[in-house]
Amino acid sequence: MNFRLRIWRQKNRQAHGKLVDYDVRDISPNTSFLEMLDILNENLLQRGEEPIAFDSDCREGICGTCSLTINGEAHGPDHPGAVCELYMRKFRDGATITIEPFRVGAFPIVKDLVIDRTALDRIVQAGGFISARAGSAPEANSIPVPKHDADLAMEAAACIGCGACAAACPNGSAMLFTSAKVSHLALLPQGHPERESRVLKMVQVMDAEGFGNCTNTYECEAVCPAEISASVIAKLNREYARAALQRGAGE
Amino acid sequence: MIGTLHAKIPHGPLDQKWRSHRDHLRLVSPNNRRKFEVIVVGSGLAGGSAAATLGELGYRVKCFCFQDSPRRAHSVAAQGGINAAKNYQNDGDSVYRLFYDTIKGGDFRSREANVYRLAEVSNQIIDQCVEQGVPFAREYGGLLANRSFGGAQVSRTFYARGQTGQQLLLGCYQALCRQIAAGTVQMFPYTEMLDLVVVDGHAKGIITRSLRSGKIDRHAGDAVVLATGGYGNVYYLSTNARGSNVTATYRAYKRGALFANPCLTQIHPTCIPVSGEHQAKLTLMSESLRNDGRVWVPKRKEDRQKAPNQIPEKERDYYLERKYPSYGNLAPRDISSRAAKEVCDEGRGVGPGGRGVYLDFADAIKRLGEDTIRDRYGNLFEVYEKITGEDAYKVPMRIYPAVHYTMGGLWVDYDLMSNVPGLFVIGEANFSDHGANRLGASALMQGLADGYFILPYTLPNYLAGQMAKRPSPDSPEFKKAEGEVRARIQKILDVDGKRSLDSIHRELGLLIWDKCGMSRHAKGLREALVKVPKLREQFWSNVRVLGNGEDFNQSLERAGRVADFLEFAELMCTDALERNESCGAHFREEHQTPEGEALRDDENHAAVFAWEFQDDGQPPKLHREPLHFETVHLTQRSYK
Repeated sequence: MNFRLRIWRQKNRQAHGKLVDYDVRDISPNTSFLEMLDILNENLLQRGEEPIAFDSDCREGICGTCSLTINGEAHGPDHPGAVCELYMRKFRDGATITIEPFRVGAFPIVKDLVIDRTALDRIVQAGGFISARAGSAPEANSIPVPKHDADLAMEAAACIGCGACAAACPNGSAMLFTSAKVSHLALLPQGHPERESRVLKMVQVMDAEGFGNCTNTYECEAVCPAEISASVIAKLNREYARAALQRGAGE
Repeated sequence: MIGTLHAKIPHGPLDQKWRSHRDHLRLVSPNNRRKFEVIVVGSGLAGGSAAATLGELGYRVKCFCFQDSPRRAHSVAAQGGINAAKNYQNDGDSVYRLFYDTIKGGDFRSREANVYRLAEVSNQIIDQCVEQGVPFAREYGGLLANRSFGGAQVSRTFYARGQTGQQLLLGCYQALCRQIAAGTVQMFPYTEMLDLVVVDGHAKGIITRSLRSGKIDRHAGDAVVLATGGYGNVYYLSTNARGSNVTATYRAYKRGALFANPCLTQIHPTCIPVSGEHQAKLTLMSESLRNDGRVWVPKRKEDRQKAPNQIPEKERDYYLERKYPSYGNLAPRDISSRAAKEVCDEGRGVGPGGRGVYLDFADAIKRLGEDTIRDRYGNLFEVYEKITGEDAYKVPMRIYPAVHYTMGGLWVDYDLMSNVPGLFVIGEANFSDHGANRLGASALMQGLADGYFILPYTLPNYLAGQMAKRPSPDSPEFKKAEGEVRARIQKILDVDGKRSLDSIHRELGLLIWDKCGMSRHAKGLREALVKVPKLREQFWSNVRVLGNGEDFNQSLERAGRVADFLEFAELMCTDALERNESCGAHFREEHQTPEGEALRDDENHAAVFAWEFQDDGQPPKLHREPLHFETVHLTQRSYK
């Protein structure tokens, strides 16, 4: 298969970027999208041109490193799945494919298709954890957790932290990411002691990092490779209201 | 320089060694802990749990990872589960049984005391993870669920869907985030360790390069902990992440740390086969598929290009069922991997390149119905379809073995400290617990055991004698190491040849896969030992890396790793040649039973082989640590 690629090139954070056209030929339909970019990079190298910088690691859809917007869609056309799980057979032979980084104000571009997503780590650092010192945990079966709650917690915890939710959102909101963590921990009894402070702090940092607000467009849910349901956002809103009321009542 | 290897295994009965050892380890008082800086390289299950726990104890920790976030370390990709001897199923499990299964599974090439301790702390890991909010599978009564895994006779595996590694990693990532917020841990993402700094014989720092800016930095510490994973990517294609590499452990080896059992690598039988030359990585399919799938290839090699449904039943060779009637398609990992290689070597392999065998669900679908198979394996069939574009409900899957774990690693004593004082090695990066073959669901257990429950006891024992001995990063040893790192980067850039990095790495991978993969023999290993240096020569005379060192440069960072693989591969083959026996995943064709099974030589090879770096161009020096078995009796495995 042959493709015309229009790829975002940007030297560094400060520089202006632009779309540059490249042709790739004789690509097997069984090539993954990222392998197709590997092939292009080999060709560029042979021509003495600088390869295109893009991030990937596990290449099996779980580490959340790869982060491309393909023809305007975060992670490309084959949902649910990360870019590394996308194969060229999903494209028409001869197609023109536009490849850009995730575009979110809070994810500055490092180079070409590589972005800086440390803002997501800072949201978790604000409170996305349970304080549990190694050595002090009680016997694991001493607190039964209803299977239904455990299953819902697992569904929310499946988030791979890629940031596609924010990239797909017209407001650049990280609500799906933040809500998934808040829901996961609020659904488990072990998460209850820090429930209020957690949601308040995480939302505060999310706002401070420059992510936008949620206006319920559900674009996030549509592109999420881990199939996180947008219902976790409603859960976060309830948790937030509850925490704010409690805090208000306590003052 | 090194005398006899001393593993420092405590005296006393096996089940009391760890407890009594802990009673006598030196402590660091709470107000002194903040005076110590500990460097942790790697943020997976081992590194993440160690950094978080040491931070919580009050030490100042610097944690480094090459990924853009510690949450992306390759532990994230582990699927199956984590073992523990809780005996929640009341089916007769115990610490002793988990210990015995692990040491037997490792084909009696690991230390009794280490493995027993691993089994002992396994239960604490489950308690810790549940408390952190890891959403393990549960039963309707709200208690934790277990499954049987990898042929174990008891159900001791805890799991979170097919994403156990991810959930455990997020547990320790979150604990790490809490310490980062508290200021006890300073995190350095996108930063790679390029050298170890040894001062007066002690590991006291590292040299790093920022993968963002290219900036080279010196970091001094009171101790260095390596948790940098395995070296499976020496084969180019493996189930490891693209970035996984041997550089940190290999650089430590070149600074004097011993590398133990490097030839012991595990090959997983059920992966999706290679589809083309540009494939960058292999994907594991859960072994559970073999519960219902039947493995076969055509009897005649002329039939290998035919569509599978055109090959009648009598023309098929269900070779695992034929060779191992009692285990059949469930024969252990190493056995079924080698059997697949054999039939493909005979020219009967299927799919592109002829390196694949069928895993056929037609009989199971006929017997149980498509819905049942969908319930059991639906998500795996989806993954398979995404990658191959084939519907495995209609045509048989194609599978082939792939490298996915390395049992070898830096040599450590019972305290997880290498022969270089102050250098600790944990998780897959060390060699200690899995012998010649790792059992399923044991990797996650070991990483977390080391990080949460062993290192936090043994590291202070070292630090207690190191008060105020941290050197300045301006000391001559640091300057020298930094200079060498810079010179090496420049040397790579100066080659300015014609060959791409991937083509060299791919050639190395094919060579090692062929000569030091699923089966090895002396002649092939000697050939590899001639070819690897030639390929290394190709690299240093003809590799093409563009750009410069003071910038974001992905080709350069990969080039440094491939350069180390090109040296490390030679060490691997040397070790495989020296281990003149078959054991576990190490199958030397010269040493097999008349039935073609691995034949150990306990008399001469019940030992750890630990290699000491000499100068470049000199063969490494071998140190043997004899393994003493006081509790278990050595037996021959049989699967007929």
